[in-house]
Order: sequence, then structure tokens, then C-alpha cells
Amino acid sequence: MTETQGTAPTTRISAFLLTIVFITLALSFAALIFAVYILEQPTEAETAWILILLGFLGVGISTYVLFQTRRRISKLKIVVPPVTTTIECKKCGFKNVREFQRGDYIFKEGENCQKCNEKTLITAIYREVKDKEKQKMPF
Amino acid sequence: MMIREVEGSLYKLKYIKEEGRKITIETIKEIGKSQTDPTARVDRFLEYFTISPQNLDPAGIVWKLEHILDVRDIRFKDEVKLMAPSADETQTNNLENTLEAASALNFIYKVIRHYYLLGKKTLSLYVIMQIQMILPMIMKEAEAYASALKAFAYGQPIGDGAGALVAARLMHGYEIRKLEKDCVVATVPFEGRTAFVVKAEGPGGNVGKPGDAVKQVIEENKGKIAMIVMIDAALKLEGEELGEVAEGVGAAIGGPGVDQFKIEEELVKYHIPINALVVKEDVGDAVSPLRKEVFDSIDTVIVRIKEVVSERTKEGDKIVIAGIGNTIGIGQ
Repeated sequence: MTETQGTAPTTRISAFLLTIVFITLALSFAALIFAVYILEQPTEAETAWILILLGFLGVGISTYVLFQTRRRISKLKIVVPPVTTTIECKKCGFKNVREFQRGDYIFKEGENCQKCNEKTLITAIYREVKDKEKQKMPF
Repeated sequence: MMIREVEGSLYKLKYIKEEGRKITIETIKEIGKSQTDPTARVDRFLEYFTISPQNLDPAGIVWKLEHILDVRDIRFKDEVKLMAPSADETQTNNLENTLEAASALNFIYKVIRHYYLLGKKTLSLYVIMQIQMILPMIMKEAEAYASALKAFAYGQPIGDGAGALVAARLMHGYEIRKLEKDCVVATVPFEGRTAFVVKAEGPGGNVGKPGDAVKQVIEENKGKIAMIVMIDAALKLEGEELGEVAEGVGAAIGGPGVDQFKIEEELVKYHIPINALVVKEDVGDAVSPLRKEVFDSIDTVIVRIKEVVSERTKEGDKIVIAGIGNTIGIGQ
């Protein structure tokens, strides 16, 4: 089953789209070069400026489309949110917050306390999400 | 434009599905230490399906559904044991949940692909349109499953475990007894009453059969239960705060409905009042690692249980407190 063999399908950009982008880019550069060439002739100044405008427009659009495609590829990631484990000492109340480790669970007895050498307990495991500033809504 | 949008989402879904499959296989290899490569077995598992019972004559359908779900559960556990022979019970439950999340991602991808290809094949705008319209919700769900997959693989508590966490807080430090099908109970003195606190047995990924467990506790006490309080996570509407606690009546339990049916049968049999407390979360938060807001709401839930119990029962009464939800990463 080739389809499920873990190739990276997301890095594939449509060949058709790429061809169009590169043709546009090439035509735009050609227009710019041609514009510079005919700009030397004062009678064709108007045409030259139109070609310059079209050339820059073409370069701009094709670069934008290329960047957009790249951005979409780099966005495709499964984000692993950082999860923290809180360990508390039952006797002295000493708290230790560290990154979650495989095997941790709430109410699991942990290592001995750094302060009083008593048994510790995992009391919390959660992830904290820093919300973007919420838009104030009237409802 | 619409086709491009669906196509873009389909690429993303394919990536998520492939990543999910990769994570599942890696986790099984790491935990299971199997002699053989589990890849083929995982691929077979991802295509696994369950046929729900015929409902033309609905009488007795709950028991048929329960039987099908039991068979499915046993089959899943056997498959996981074959894939990961070295896994202990907790790890087996976590792996089972991981595989279920990978299977859900596979299914979502296939359905979207089906409509996309069908739309292109028939050149029907309406086929594409109907999938494009619900695409944001589907993508949100797929991303939630992707996040859940990692949580299950690592054994982290998830948002759905809010109810189980409340029960765990109440029963911690008291003697715990095993009940029907992967559930535990502890007898806890609570505001001058005797509370039977029930939850699924943790810390492995497990929801148990709370219906059977609550029924057993009621039968053991010959129906002399003054009140049942059920705690669960509930889907919030847009605009509602995450971790908001709401109160109501009825059996707060999701799933296919078998457990809710069993609890309701017992309530009617012994005329027991039932109260429900829910912690509001969206679908993404329910299946991904527990959010701090949900964790902080546990104290509020306990205060509200105390209020409900002291207002509606007398001292010396017996009550049942059932914490519903997946108890992954939550002990007792």
C-alpha cells in the first residue's frame, strides 16, 4: 500500500501551479528587461512604463503565490502542547513543578521530598494555554 | 475556489492521519517490544468497523448494543495485546485509546476524500459545497483527535476526565474496592452523609461501565440511596467560558447510551432523585491534554456537590457520587 507508507504528501505542490507561477515570473522579467530597453527611445516611453508596471505586478503576484504555498507547508505540524506535572510533599507542602514525563499520573506517589525526605504525590497534570487577547464582544 | 479549499484541507487531513499512524506504530514498538513489526496489524486495525444492531424492532436494542460493544472492546484489547505483548494493563488501555484516535482520523480523511473525489467525478458543485460548508468543524475535530493521540500515547489526563478527577479527589486516601467492569468505589464520609464515590479505574485510558457500577452500588444498598450526583464534561457553546460549571438534573453521561439507560432504570425502580454537574469544554479541549481552566474548576465542582447534597439530603443518608469520563492519567 504505497499510499499509507509515510511519504511526505504535504511537501507536494501542484506542478500545474508551479508552471504557471514560473511562466508568469519569466514573462514579468522579460517585460521589465524589454521596458528598460525601449525606455531609451523617448517616443515609446508610455509603453515602457506600462511594461514596467505589468512586470512588477507579475513578479509581485508570483512571489506572493510562491510564499503562500511555502507557508501552507510549514504550517502543517501537529503541535504538542507543553504539559506540566505538579508534585507536592504531603508533609511539608513543598511544591515542585516540572515537565510531564511518561508514566506520570495524578495521585501517583513520587520520589522523596527534597526538603523533608517524605513521600511526594503528583497532585496536578495540566497544560496552560496563553490565550490571545480576547476580542471584547457586546454579548 | 471551493475545490481548492477542500483539496488544501484534504492534504492537511492526510498529513494528520499519516502522523497519527506513525505515532501509533512508534508507541506500540516502544511500549510493546513485539518480536514482529506491528505495522500491518495497525493498518488492519485502522479499517476496523462496528455494525450497530438493527432497530426496526427497538425492543431490547440496548442489550444487543451492549453485547456488540462488549465484543468490540474484547476484540480491541486482544488486538492490542497481540501488537504489544509486553504492555501492562494501563499501557494496554492507553494504546487502545491511541489506536481508536488514529482510526477516527483515518475515517475522517476517507470521508472527506470520498466527497472531494465524488464532487470532481460528477462535476457537481453541490457535493463539494456540502463538504466545504462543514469543513471548519471537521478540521477542528481532526486537530482535536491529533492532539488526543499524543495525549493517549503519553498517558496524559484529558479534558473528558474532569468527572473522573472530581471522583478521584473525593476518594483519594480511602479504601478502594473494584466494581463491575473497570470501575472502582470508595465509601467516603461526606458532609455527615455516607457517599459511595464511583469512577472508572485509572490511570489507564478507560471509561469503564458506570451504568453497571452505579447499579451494583444501589443493589448492594437495597435501593436505599437518597440521591445520585453525576459529574461529567459537557460540550460548551461558543461564547461560554471554558471550565464553567453548570448544574441540572438527569444522568450526565455520554457514549452510546447503554450506561445512561441502566442508571435510569435503577432510578425509576427505586425512585431515586438524580442531580448532574457538568464542566463546560469544547470538543478540542475534551480530547486533548487537560487545560488548567478545567483543572481549576474541580474545586468549584466539589463545592457545588457539597451544596446540592446538604440542601437536598439529610445527615446520615447514603448518596452516590459518580465521576464520569476517561480516567487516563488519573489514579485514585
